[in-house]
Amino acid sequence: MTISQSILKGDRLALARLLTKVENDSTEGREALIELFPHTGGAHLIGVTGAPGTGKSSLVNQLALHYRKDENKRIAIVAVDPSSPFTGGAVLGDRVRMRDLSGDPNVFIRSMASRGSLGGLAQATANVVQIFDAAGFDIVIVETVGAGQSEVDIARLAHTTLVVEAPGLGDDIQAIKAGILEIADILVINKADRPGVENAEKALRSMLDLAHPAERVFRHHGTYMSTSMPKPGASSNVWIPPIQKTVSTEGRGIPELTQSIARHAEHLRLSGGWAIRERTRLEVEIEALIHEMLMNRFREDVPAQRYEAMLEQVLQRNISPWEAVRQLLNGRLQ
Amino acid sequence: MTEKKIRVLVAKPGLDGHDRGAKVVARALRDAGMEVIYTGLRQTPEMIAEAALQEDVDVVGLSILSGAHMALTPRVMDLLHANGQSNVKVFIGGIIPDEDLQRLKEMGVTGVYGPGSSTEDIIRDIQSAMAG
Repeated sequence: MTISQSILKGDRLALARLLTKVENDSTEGREALIELFPHTGGAHLIGVTGAPGTGKSSLVNQLALHYRKDENKRIAIVAVDPSSPFTGGAVLGDRVRMRDLSGDPNVFIRSMASRGSLGGLAQATANVVQIFDAAGFDIVIVETVGAGQSEVDIARLAHTTLVVEAPGLGDDIQAIKAGILEIADILVINKADRPGVENAEKALRSMLDLAHPAERVFRHHGTYMSTSMPKPGASSNVWIPPIQKTVSTEGRGIPELTQSIARHAEHLRLSGGWAIRERTRLEVEIEALIHEMLMNRFREDVPAQRYEAMLEQVLQRNISPWEAVRQLLNGRLQ
Repeated sequence: MTEKKIRVLVAKPGLDGHDRGAKVVARALRDAGMEVIYTGLRQTPEMIAEAALQEDVDVVGLSILSGAHMALTPRVMDLLHANGQSNVKVFIGGIIPDEDLQRLKEMGVTGVYGPGSSTEDIIRDIQSAMAG
């Protein structure tokens, strides 16, 4: 039996081992991804992002608890934490907040180190999510690294993106900056029992008033990709992100939050947004693979010494980086 | 191609609440380039084995200062075996009397580290256990 067949049969150890292989980008991992891909497309992918310390992990814990108790769904959680830029090591601590979930065979938590990737996810996160999807998990929750302002890769991966805020983290200028707040399908103010919650809500509310109706447009390789729905003035087609207040240590606000998530999924299905997001996600993935393949072919094609010599030329200010690339690529990759 | 990273689960089974040592070790392993999954206090052997499976770790490090190591360790080892993870190396840190060392080794524990152990030794032993 191949590893993919074991996974489709529900073998958890095989699943865990394949995740490692895919993280390490091994040939066996790639083969399995090819076999599993036809089985994907069934899961609702939920992204959870926000600044460090806003309570993302505790929120994910509560969400998963709710889905298990009230809706009896199988849940996978992918929790990404940063790798050290110096040693490549990492401490992955999200499980500390998710101890309520252990012992439930229908919850599978996997911690991932970002391994040098800067968009808030690891390079292999999309593939890990695909495997969970194929393995039949109904909901895959992806928690990003504690994100600052521009770690927005999650919006290209998830169907529904939750941006988690906490009181006291920023004023209304933060709220009108471009970046992370723009990608929110649902805004969560966690730790809503803390002082300052009214101000946080007011700032987000005014941001939403300014912003809507907005299109979701990604800049990707210089071209703009829009994931807005076709909206000939039909105001019902526009999703305005709701603001949900939660206290995830106590589970307050969680049922309301899951209702918002369900409404968003429903909205995507009715408006055609679901298909658009699927398309965007797969397109981004294909492009990333092309990138990687071309880069590999370039490395095979251009001897390391030639590359080093060119770098030296640039270092000496003899030629510009543009000129170096032109010469290196001259007549290649055709 | 990405290189294979050593993945380590650092867990504190039992009821003692002293996790300073576990955190120091976690940090040191991180600085040695390993990926450390830290699970926090008061883990049952079942929780530890479950996390080791989901995370597909190479190494489980148990921090035990309560004196319950002779009860907790075999339980964790049995569960790892039952889950098909006999390949996982188990290391123990904490207050372990000398007379228990031999029996822990016989259970299949790879290394035991008492007070005053250096993190360099732990790192070196993990690396050589992975290489061997």
